Amino acid sequence: MKTLSLGRIAIVLFCALVLLYLMLPVLIIVPMSFSSARFLTFPPPSLSLRWYQEYFGNPAWMQATRVTLTVAALTVLIATPLGVAAAYAISNSKLRIMRVIHLALMLPLVVPIIITAVGIFFVYARVGLVATMSGLVLANVMLGLPYVITSVVAGFQSFDAAQEMVARSLGMGRLRSFFVVTLPQIRASVLTGGIFAFISAMDETVVGLFISGGQYQPLTKRMFTALRDEIDPTIAAISTLMTAASFLLVLIASTRQKKR
Amino acid sequence: MLALASPALLVILLLIVLPVGWLAWQSIYHDGFTLENYRRILNEGIYWRSFLLTFEISLLVTLLALVLGYPIAYAASAAPKGWSVFILALVILPFWTSVLVRTYAWLALLQRTGVINQFLQHIEIIKEPLALVHNTFGTVVATVHILLPFMVLPLYATMQKIPNDLIQAGASLGGSPSHTFWRIFLPLSLPGILAGATLVFVLCLGFYITPELLGGGRTVMVSMLVSRNVELYNQWGAASAVGVALLISVFAIFLIVSQFIPLDRVLGQK
Repeated sequence: MKTLSLGRIAIVLFCALVLLYLMLPVLIIVPMSFSSARFLTFPPPSLSLRWYQEYFGNPAWMQATRVTLTVAALTVLIATPLGVAAAYAISNSKLRIMRVIHLALMLPLVVPIIITAVGIFFVYARVGLVATMSGLVLANVMLGLPYVITSVVAGFQSFDAAQEMVARSLGMGRLRSFFVVTLPQIRASVLTGGIFAFISAMDETVVGLFISGGQYQPLTKRMFTALRDEIDPTIAAISTLMTAASFLLVLIASTRQKKR
Repeated sequence: MLALASPALLVILLLIVLPVGWLAWQSIYHDGFTLENYRRILNEGIYWRSFLLTFEISLLVTLLALVLGYPIAYAASAAPKGWSVFILALVILPFWTSVLVRTYAWLALLQRTGVINQFLQHIEIIKEPLALVHNTFGTVVATVHILLPFMVLPLYATMQKIPNDLIQAGASLGGSPSHTFWRIFLPLSLPGILAGATLVFVLCLGFYITPELLGGGRTVMVSMLVSRNVELYNQWGAASAVGVALLISVFAIFLIVSQFIPLDRVLGQK
């Protein structure tokens, strides 16, 4: 028994260290963003909102933030209905080709992002979509689709399709029965899918690096460019805000999932 | 039903199938068919050394992620519910934090005047700051961090399904804890190991942001070859060929793995 408890302690200690390693970046970014020092010192000499002021007072950062939020919002508005429709087809069709289609729709998760980015850049360069808002939104819709589809397909798995059949046999149209009977019951999975598409668009960096430019540069592209040159603590402030936004959204998604 | 899936399919076809197809075409066609771009990968040291380095780093990252991730997944599956939720939350939250943000955080932690060097100097373990970043070390530390959830989640999903009865049966028949672990638990968790290792390895093969920012220009991974050939040298043909070679590697791995476990099990994680 004694060796067992020793082994247990070792495992618990090891796990605690790994979890610390997982949380370390977040734990470090937040205090740094509130530091008054120009250079990174830890712990910060004194607290200040200097880097947040720098961020909110800088027109270039603000413009990039507007681009990111607009792109993410449009991505959700387009990717969610497309993804729900595709998930409905995948879950309710018995056609064999649906399996192939399902796999094809997961391609954005499989193809290394750098290849996707360069490929889209080549195509956009031909059709004049480089450095445009629509180009950025389209690319992010494509990248967000797998999240919506995965989440909603999972939602359909716990939904009894017979209910929709009943509604239709009672004379309700297909579309109406979907909106009245089915959608309310898979709502949580649709919301989760939409949230993940939003986070994916907000965090997307590599494709944006290649295809965005001029006034339509997302936040991540400006951050990446700034990081190559020097370590600007303003980025710590932006990172903290982005992380807080992600946490909040994931929290909403997970509490909604539990309610079901 | 097909009509419902077609808008999404159209987006996928236009924005990923077509671009990647275009890439493949460009790698073999430039004023006539040519295999020059592929010959270069085999002949020029920078190219094949980068492929070699990328595979080495991916293998190392996968092994480290397994060693760090397995106990975490085990703890999450064996611990009481409250703890298990807590552990999973600590794994999932960084997972949904931007890769760029986490890379930046590691830069702040590891650089010469960074948090870790300051701390080590403060407690007088070292005099001169250590070179922790702008090299392969920094790249690996941050990459393992970013990819660790992709190892833990499939592992946890598999371990959760291992019936506790089996372990108890093993113990009641006189098996020591370590014996029941090695002979019963570990073999049953193999599908999870395979799924997690595949995900981490494949994602690492194509990793871009982290090696670009933390590699210091010396750790040139394949993805960086692609971007440099586009951005710096305007060599679209060369970039395309490298991209196609990378893509073929990734698909080959998925194909091999799909012989052992269903692919949706690997892809269902994120």
